Amino acid sequence: MTKKNEIILSVALVAAVFVVLTVLEQVLPSSSMLFVVLKKGAIYALVAVSMNLLNGFTGLFSLGQAGFMLIGAYTYAIFTIPMDARKAVYQYFDGGIINFTVPVPVAMIMAGLAAAAFAYLIGLPVLRLKSDYLAIATLGFAEIIRAIFQWDTLGPVTNGSNLLRKFPVFSSVTFPFTAAGICIAIIVLLINSSYGRAFKAIRDDDIAAEAMGINLAKHKQMAFNISSFFAGVGGALLAMYQTTVQAAAFKSAMTYEILLIVVIGGMGSVTGSCISSFLFIACSEWWLRFLDSETYIGSLKLPFLRSGFRKVVFSVIIMIIVLFYNRGIMGTREFSIGAVLQFFKKRTARSKREENAA
Amino acid sequence: MEFLNANLSYILAGISVGGQYALISIGYTMVYGILRLINFAHGDIFMVAGFMMVYLSAVLPLYQSIPLVIALTVLLGFVIERVAYKPLRSAPRMSIMISAIGVSYLLQNCAWYITGGLAKQYPTIPWISNSITIGTATTTIVTVITPFITIILVAALVMLIKHTKIGMAMRAVSRDFETSQLMGIKINSVIGMTFVIGSLLAAVGSFLYFSNYTSVTPLSGSIPGLKAFVAAVFGGIGSIPGAVVGAFIIGICENLIKGLGWTTFSDAFTFALLITILVAKPTGLFGEKSTEKV
Amino acid sequence: MRENVLHMENITMQFGGVIAVNNLSIDVYEGEIVALIGPNGAGKTTAFNCITSVYEPTNGCVSFYGETIVSNHPQGKMKKLYTDQNSGLYPKVVSLTPDRITKRGIARTFQNIRLFKKLTVFENVLVAKHMRAKQNVFSATFRINYREERRMREETLALLEEQGLLKLKDELASSLPYGLQRRLEISRALATEPKLLMLDEPAAGMNPQETQELAEFIIQIKEKYDLTVLMIEHHMDLVMKISDRIYVLDFGKLIAHGTPAEVQKNQRVIDAYLGVAEDA
Repeated sequence: MTKKNEIILSVALVAAVFVVLTVLEQVLPSSSMLFVVLKKGAIYALVAVSMNLLNGFTGLFSLGQAGFMLIGAYTYAIFTIPMDARKAVYQYFDGGIINFTVPVPVAMIMAGLAAAAFAYLIGLPVLRLKSDYLAIATLGFAEIIRAIFQWDTLGPVTNGSNLLRKFPVFSSVTFPFTAAGICIAIIVLLINSSYGRAFKAIRDDDIAAEAMGINLAKHKQMAFNISSFFAGVGGALLAMYQTTVQAAAFKSAMTYEILLIVVIGGMGSVTGSCISSFLFIACSEWWLRFLDSETYIGSLKLPFLRSGFRKVVFSVIIMIIVLFYNRGIMGTREFSIGAVLQFFKKRTARSKREENAA
Repeated sequence: MEFLNANLSYILAGISVGGQYALISIGYTMVYGILRLINFAHGDIFMVAGFMMVYLSAVLPLYQSIPLVIALTVLLGFVIERVAYKPLRSAPRMSIMISAIGVSYLLQNCAWYITGGLAKQYPTIPWISNSITIGTATTTIVTVITPFITIILVAALVMLIKHTKIGMAMRAVSRDFETSQLMGIKINSVIGMTFVIGSLLAAVGSFLYFSNYTSVTPLSGSIPGLKAFVAAVFGGIGSIPGAVVGAFIIGICENLIKGLGWTTFSDAFTFALLITILVAKPTGLFGEKSTEKV
Repeated sequence: MRENVLHMENITMQFGGVIAVNNLSIDVYEGEIVALIGPNGAGKTTAFNCITSVYEPTNGCVSFYGETIVSNHPQGKMKKLYTDQNSGLYPKVVSLTPDRITKRGIARTFQNIRLFKKLTVFENVLVAKHMRAKQNVFSATFRINYREERRMREETLALLEEQGLLKLKDELASSLPYGLQRRLEISRALATEPKLLMLDEPAAGMNPQETQELAEFIIQIKEKYDLTVLMIEHHMDLVMKISDRIYVLDFGKLIAHGTPAEVQKNQRVIDAYLGVAEDA
């Protein structure tokens, strides 16, 4: 499979995905659970890949993702609420002090930059810590950020503990796919570049990496800032999906979910994070829903099945994966068209041989 | 003195909750000292103990339900270690931390499922919930006796560690895991004992804590748990006296901040403290620095 | 008069009360192979770590081609614990991070081989080229610098071919047999284009045959890449065979130094290695 053919096939595959999505949108009712899974799955896939960049590829165990998503979500919302809606949204703060709006794509990039800026500041003291301490420090910072954004004194900007709403949102499923897709593509380019290799070297052995000329502080900061940028963009997308933004929703539980997605997909595999993100959302929001409703067979009521059982089953499944399949679905492998074709070639060759032998 | 009078109720509350955090934080610091694991599920064990008391005291008299809760909590901690942490002892450090997060997630979801998501009212344990007036402050007896119970239990624990064989084994294992195994120390017993002690203290902590803050929800364990962990890090992770000191400091400061009117920030204060100590002296107040051999 | 490549002066490394390296002074001249030997625990790897700034020495300085790369005097807690003199000589504190020292032209290998286990043979060496590439994160990500990338890859392939590792280039580094892992680690160090190559026990775990091959290998790469070599070693046959000069350490102190012949006859060295008999 030559490089040129691979690229052509990849482009064709991407186009096919979009065609399928557009068709689905025409055919299925917009309230279908499939769209919930696709939209939320795409957004979580982006955040999961950004976390994987940090944890799986650079070896920095950070638990601050929810904080950066929060910053991104707020930045996006604050700068896109239309002027005439501001009075209603910021009702306790006199319409708020921000008096302009920016176009949606600009706001999304601002969301990323704001998150990256915070990451830069936080990273300065925190990145030299050992892995367990780094996890707790980033977790702590995420909680501090959450408290700050709920602080009423900052109300004119953040609306304090009230939620932000009425900002532009998306309706079609192609928007989050495009946005997330572009971002993930950039991250993949980074990972396959010289800097990506440097990150992996730091993960494998940071003392050896330093001895080979890789400046640890600079590269760790780079990974942290870039990962946070994309977490911020993911936050903006999440804001658009949820149509409201409230600091209280960005608890550390959100970071844990992303972490579990990354682990299930395989730390060090971008494809794994994407696949497991869709699976995770599908399971938690859709497929296991039946476990939450009381079901009867004839007149016999099935035990256990009531509200909340879904999450219990889900948690058990996650524990099983963590304990027995801790390399995740993909381990550190990635999807490639060449590999898939190879797989099929081998199977046809084997079945031909079996035919001839018979 | 003025300050003391005006804020006496806050200071008392602070000492009380500090003692409760201390009992939880010992569990964190001991487990980290031996396994280098941040047991994210520890706070949730504390929460489960609270719920167990709610359900058991509805069917059993107090003198039976209290020991039963302690026994069940200890069993829970032990089982979690065997099922979720032991298999991953040789896996990379991140895996076992992720397992702890998974256990925490599971415990919270189970609690939500069983209780239906509504907060449950903690039963009143007679006598300790009675009011008492000290100086200008009115508070409950729980608030007053908590620091004493904490100090007694901690003293007992420190004596156990210093003067018994199992205590020496624990100290050895936290110094050097591999060599201790080679020297014939039964690692599983030591680790099991560590979780037993931690869970026992968490159960006692839950009696005291929920007698004060009587509403128990599935999330009741996460913030106290996190604060107890910060206390352990602040005091020097692996050091029991350090964890206790850290917990009291956090408890008192947190309540003083509430007293000053900055309630939104009382939680954030804990984290700010954490970050300060991690940046200034990562090994904590009583911790020791160790250099890595290249 | 050959240039002084490495000048180590009064380096002391003290961990609390333990003095691991005690007032060590070493000189290495261009084109030499210098060996640092001594019983286990003598402080040799610690000395290496001081040179490459993995540890900050308690006192002393190191200069590379005349330029100071490490310099320190006792500070803080150490002021009270440090008992020796010389501290006044090094008022300026120079503390470069190890990667900057590598950039200046010093490369090293490690006692316990530290390869990037999850990367392939090819990637292990390619990563060492990252530091000298003309690029920034944007030009690298968006492939604007594809020419630099191509150059790095070609140079890596060439280096692997010279070292006889080309066939294995897509194998995971951790799957290689021990001897080849050592060779890979040395190749990786060479990829940083060093002028001084520091090897920490390169012959560890090798049989006499492999040690012989290693001796020839070291001489070959020294000639080919115009290097100076400083190595820590225990295999005396390797040391005696290829070293121009030897420094002998015991308990952190320098006890002898000279040509292989001189050192072999030195009584203090013999005592250090074999132990001194108790007087009856």
